[in-house]
Amino acid sequence: MDNKTPAISMRNITKAFGSKVVANKNVSMDIERGEILALLGENGSGKTTLMNMLSGIYRQDSGQIFVDGTEVHITCPKDAYELGIGMIHQHFKLVDVLTATENVALGMQKKTTGPNREIAKAITEICDKYGFDIDPKMKVYNMTVSQKQTLEIVKTLYRGANILILDEPTAVLTPQETEKLFAVLRNMKADGKSIIIITHKLNEVLAISDRVSILRKGEYIGTVQTSEATVQSLTEMMVGQKVELDIERPDIENKELRLSIENLTCLDRYGVKALDDVSFDVYGGEILGIAGISGSGQKQLLEAIAGLQKAESGSSIKYYAPGEKKESQLVGKNVSEIKRMGVALSFVPEDRLGMGLVGAMGMADNMMLRSYQKGGVIFTDRKTPRNLATKIKDDLEVVTPNISTPVRKLSGGNVQKVLVGREIASDPTVLMAAYAVRGLDINTSYTIYHLLNEQKKKGTAVIYVGEDLDVLIALCDRIAILCGGKLNGVVDGRTATKEEVGLLMTNIEAGRKEAEA
Amino acid sequence: MSTKVKETGREPLFHIVRRTDLPFWKSWLIRIAAVVASLLICAVIIVLVTGDNPIQIYATMIKGAVGSPRRIWALLQGVAMLLCVALAVTPAFKMRFWNIGAEGQVLMGGMGAAACMILFGKTLPAPVVLLLVIVVSILAGALWGVIPAFFKAFWNTNETLFTLMMNYIAIQIVSYFTYIWSSNKGNNVINTINADTHVGWLELPASIDKYGYLLNIIIVAVLTVAMYFYLKYSKQGYEISVVGESENTAKYAGINVKKVIIRTMLISGALCGIAGMLLVSGTDHTITPNTAAGRGFTAIMVSWLAKFNPLFMVLTSLLLVFMEKGALEISTVFGLNDSFAAIITGIIIFFIIGSEFFINYSIKKRQKEVEAK
Repeated sequence: MDNKTPAISMRNITKAFGSKVVANKNVSMDIERGEILALLGENGSGKTTLMNMLSGIYRQDSGQIFVDGTEVHITCPKDAYELGIGMIHQHFKLVDVLTATENVALGMQKKTTGPNREIAKAITEICDKYGFDIDPKMKVYNMTVSQKQTLEIVKTLYRGANILILDEPTAVLTPQETEKLFAVLRNMKADGKSIIIITHKLNEVLAISDRVSILRKGEYIGTVQTSEATVQSLTEMMVGQKVELDIERPDIENKELRLSIENLTCLDRYGVKALDDVSFDVYGGEILGIAGISGSGQKQLLEAIAGLQKAESGSSIKYYAPGEKKESQLVGKNVSEIKRMGVALSFVPEDRLGMGLVGAMGMADNMMLRSYQKGGVIFTDRKTPRNLATKIKDDLEVVTPNISTPVRKLSGGNVQKVLVGREIASDPTVLMAAYAVRGLDINTSYTIYHLLNEQKKKGTAVIYVGEDLDVLIALCDRIAILCGGKLNGVVDGRTATKEEVGLLMTNIEAGRKEAEA
Repeated sequence: MSTKVKETGREPLFHIVRRTDLPFWKSWLIRIAAVVASLLICAVIIVLVTGDNPIQIYATMIKGAVGSPRRIWALLQGVAMLLCVALAVTPAFKMRFWNIGAEGQVLMGGMGAAACMILFGKTLPAPVVLLLVIVVSILAGALWGVIPAFFKAFWNTNETLFTLMMNYIAIQIVSYFTYIWSSNKGNNVINTINADTHVGWLELPASIDKYGYLLNIIIVAVLTVAMYFYLKYSKQGYEISVVGESENTAKYAGINVKKVIIRTMLISGALCGIAGMLLVSGTDHTITPNTAAGRGFTAIMVSWLAKFNPLFMVLTSLLLVFMEKGALEISTVFGLNDSFAAIITGIIIFFIIGSEFFINYSIKKRQKEVEAK
């Protein structure tokens, strides 16, 4: 085997969407055999587009791709498979009602694969070889996110992939699951496979990769040996300028009780307790972090406060307006009733385009979601939201052709700026943000942290549901930890350690012990 | 473990690229080009299949549609009626509520009008009957629209099947009453209702409105403008758009989704009721199970082709009615049967819909091979 020839080499790849948006411009880079290459770049820097061209989803406008030194023309995903290139997308492409084996068999010719039990055997072999853990008979709808991802990787390997592309594989995983994934990736690397991993998390880049290639605004910036890189140096290459990486945490001023949550119990849509007898207080002028493994009741907690989730009897959420002793009960009220009570509640939900915004509408029309009731009796006021959209576009540097471009055409970071900008614009007394920086690049993330801190200084009660423990510990004044729908402790963000919070996230006993101590 | 690189052949000759910034006039140029192209293709087919001169055929179609004042008025009336039903289904479709029950809602509106004219024509004063005709037909259409909406809002039933089945019920009800009220017992035909007294007729004096279509046309024109503003600028119009795009977002914004579904279908059904009233009390002065004449379904196409913009719907309904009237004419003049005209209409619509592809995408040719480094 000639080790000098790269597994893939790309030369002068250019891809444009329309005449204005150039996603990739003259990108040339190599992927060696048996290495893990991290592809790094801000939102909209063209990482995914570049990889989609390798996997046959897009076709480059110009430039060449070589596999093992031979020029190839990849026109469809099938071509990519035949060349041994497999991509694991952010959104899994699995059929829920089928088993793992059936999903692997999909799209394959029966005469080449043989009956399903042969496939099941092959799956088991692949699992044993690399250390995966998957039951071939399990239905996909019964799988956790991590298991689905494993299945996607197994499917790709079964089809003979030697080059695997993973698009933000850790965005949906817990720290433990991420560790497991990395172990598997290392095994695959040892077997001579080439792996390209797209991620925003720099500490993961440093932990797993051999080399790092950086894209900025569609252009190739360079490749560095991971051993010679630091978080700071990578960030600077990515952003193109020096970036302050410390998250600020201003001191709390004028702390006052804003929300008092008592015995909150909620059921999920299957009638199972998603929140179980949760009680805590939220203060104006502080950022309260909510930590927990995904699905521990974070969604129900925020939605119950927002009036979107029914709370069981005995639950109570009392709201205290700034400077007033009068309390008002939020349980049993819906969104518009809470609004009419004069509670200035803002909510940045996890599902940005499916809940917080209307994807098909432009920025201006999305501003109206919160304000369309204003204006005359019949017609709505369209001028104020348009001005607000222009202001947010300028203040937060939202990249969009204009304020009537449908927001779903914007990149993830810009979508989030639109949403956070709107929620902050209404001068909230309570601001809830769920996974506000998920999928965002480092620059946009810091913009969001800054906006949250601004709110905190204004005396707003900020509730921040996060997944990155480093950020939670750096940003929040207090952190409430949910574990299986129960409150498993509230720690001080200034003194807590990552290990302490991680333990409380997974172990309900730890919380009891702490409470007793 | 060396892998043999498989030959994937040459770079394809064409590939498709999404457009993002097509100027407004250019998109209309593409649409017009599509219509011209479709006429050329139709001409070829005419020559191949019938041997007739395509230019004569087109001339005859135009003559059939707008060849005399009477025909122009009939064309406008046809456009107004189709447009009215299209206006009715549009808010529902914008809300992603697949109301394919406009046919039944129109029939029930017509039924309401006919019932008032027949039952009260001899007993109540004419203005009272006319008022009753208006109120009852609107209520009947609205009722037929709101029943499926109610079930959808509270039990999430499938509105497509529900509205479709409501059509059959409406047709059977009208069939039953055409039998009960038939002018000669048992022949299932209701002759012109109140032909001598014109009680319950929605009309302008013959001196102003020679053909009896003007009032219908004015009413629909007003409704078109009203619907345009309602959808685009009103609070309720905004709510409809949000509910249509995402129910979750609607709930998040504090919109009462159930209320919006029911309210919108009340409006949709009421407008269908008005269409039925205009047909029965405004022009036909009688009712048959075929009074709606498929408009409830054609209107869906009118609405979609115009991308739910009421002003564009004037154009799309004009196109469809024009083709229909022209088709009728060529089938009599050239002795071609109706389906030939349907083929031509089909080709034209196919081209118009197909032109959307060229508006959204452009096709790039392969560039010259770049020398490998």
